[in-house]
Amino acid sequence: MTEATLQTTTIATKPVSWLETPAGRALQNLFERPSAVIGLAIIVAFIALALLAPFIAPYDPVATSWSAVRKAPSAAHWFGTDDLGRDILSRVIFGTRASLLAGVISVSIAIAVGVPLGLLAGYSGGFIDALISRITDAMLACPALILAIALAAFLGPSLTNAMIAIGVTATPIFIRLTRGQTINVRVENYIEAAEAIGNSSLRIALRHVLPNVVPALLVQITLSIAAAIIAEASLSFLGLGQQPPAPSWGSMLNAAQRFLVSAPWMAFWPGLSIFLMVMSFNLLGDGLRDALDPREQ
Amino acid sequence: MLNFLGRRIVQLVPTLFFVSVLIFSLQQLLPGDPALVMAGEERDPEIIARIRQEYRFDQPLPVQYLYWIKGVLSGDLGESLRIKVPVLELVKAKLPVTLQLAAMAMLIALAIGIPAGVISAVKKGTAWDYGANAFALWGISTPNFWLGIMLIFLFSIQLGWLPASGYVSPREDWQASLASTILPAFVLGNAIAAIFMRHTRSAMLEVMESDYIRTARAKGASERKVIIEHALRNALTPVITLGALELGTLLSGAVLTEQIFSIPGFGKLIVDAVFNRDYAVVQGVVLVTATTYITLNLIADVLYVLVNPRLRS
Repeated sequence: MTEATLQTTTIATKPVSWLETPAGRALQNLFERPSAVIGLAIIVAFIALALLAPFIAPYDPVATSWSAVRKAPSAAHWFGTDDLGRDILSRVIFGTRASLLAGVISVSIAIAVGVPLGLLAGYSGGFIDALISRITDAMLACPALILAIALAAFLGPSLTNAMIAIGVTATPIFIRLTRGQTINVRVENYIEAAEAIGNSSLRIALRHVLPNVVPALLVQITLSIAAAIIAEASLSFLGLGQQPPAPSWGSMLNAAQRFLVSAPWMAFWPGLSIFLMVMSFNLLGDGLRDALDPREQ
Repeated sequence: MLNFLGRRIVQLVPTLFFVSVLIFSLQQLLPGDPALVMAGEERDPEIIARIRQEYRFDQPLPVQYLYWIKGVLSGDLGESLRIKVPVLELVKAKLPVTLQLAAMAMLIALAIGIPAGVISAVKKGTAWDYGANAFALWGISTPNFWLGIMLIFLFSIQLGWLPASGYVSPREDWQASLASTILPAFVLGNAIAAIFMRHTRSAMLEVMESDYIRTARAKGASERKVIIEHALRNALTPVITLGALELGTLLSGAVLTEQIFSIPGFGKLIVDAVFNRDYAVVQGVVLVTATTYITLNLIADVLYVLVNPRLRS
């Protein structure tokens, strides 16, 4: 009689490092891209400027000085002074707050409204999907800045209303993106399995669909913040955003336009700041898109 | 083809309906009594009464909408409260100026964006590619009102080559017209050139790896012929759709550009209307812009199908 021996093999399980998860790999990928790292570094620098503005700015940004009207850049005023003798460097530093705030809050409004509606449209389909999609199409049919100008005009000029107007105009992009991603995800086997074991639609949408939409949303959020910063500067340039004397890069450019011959520095610095901030978000957005692309991992 | 066109037009009906509801709803955002706000600072009781009657503010909202949309469908976009001119007349007078600017901007965008995209794709990984990508990043990140101000400073104030502001119709003097519109057209076209460059580059990179490009090369076609006749022709198809979509960007951009260069076009009309609290004009301009944009999208879709034989069948 042969004695059968059952051999058991123990498979040694190594704990999976966080860096080996998809999110970890994406982050590694992101940091391997110099342009994305530069973009991130500039954003961090701007955030630090906004937070530390009262400690960094050499002068009060709204204090006027009749003895220092339209002074060229000098050791006392590195970026020069404006038509009311205010220090441009201090106003540029404090202006970072309005731009960042407008970018983040308006995009947060767009996410708060757009993502749930996109999930609802993509997951439920049918009439609800058709209704939400047609409203989205209608909003996308109005050029964003023109719609934002009209909304800001009807709501009244202020930074808060400008942020609401920009947030509303940015919403349809998030609805469309989330809806598209949701439609792709809902045909997957794991969604079917989640439905089969009796999960509620809300739980499936939040626990299984939403996490799969997040990578695409991250890219869109970054690019939308860049667009929102330009939109806020545009509205402030037209007098529909931040109101004087509070500093905003857009309203600084508006004032600078009248003194282009005698004080061109008034236009240079706020414009350069908008460009740098928008460029840094675009660099980060492009880097994120490449880093989150499964083909790159 | 006719079926496709019919289906596409039917799909537009609900979109246009929601656009009209959206634009009509704008006046509901006015704080307080809309008639009082629309009457402006004078608060003339006669004007207030006329506005109430004209906009039917005493009627329920759906009734107000029905009257408004009936007027719109018969070409009545209301009347400017400030200058007492029908909004449609104002739009008709200003639109050609913006269209001239938009057409020039589009030409500039195509002339820069497509060659830059082709060079970038063909010379991938070289200094040319990095240069073209840097240009694209510059284009999409530069606020056009800042670029406009800087170009006025350089070309008008420092060099004195071009006028800083104003507009001359091509019917009066085409050379002066060109001089007055070239800077704003460049400012408008710059950002779109960047978008064209990126799309042309990615389409070219995809096409250049196709089998038919390999076949063309194997048959001994010159690289120039392969790029221009085989690759570019196919890579440009998506650019048609993109071109129409970017017209919305052009119209948005025109608002600020016309303001900076004091060009009496469509964009300046909406900004002036906002400052004058001329809400009927704001609504009218947004409605015309949205309808133009939707129509251009339809034309782009049709063109896309026409130039793509696979979709035609």
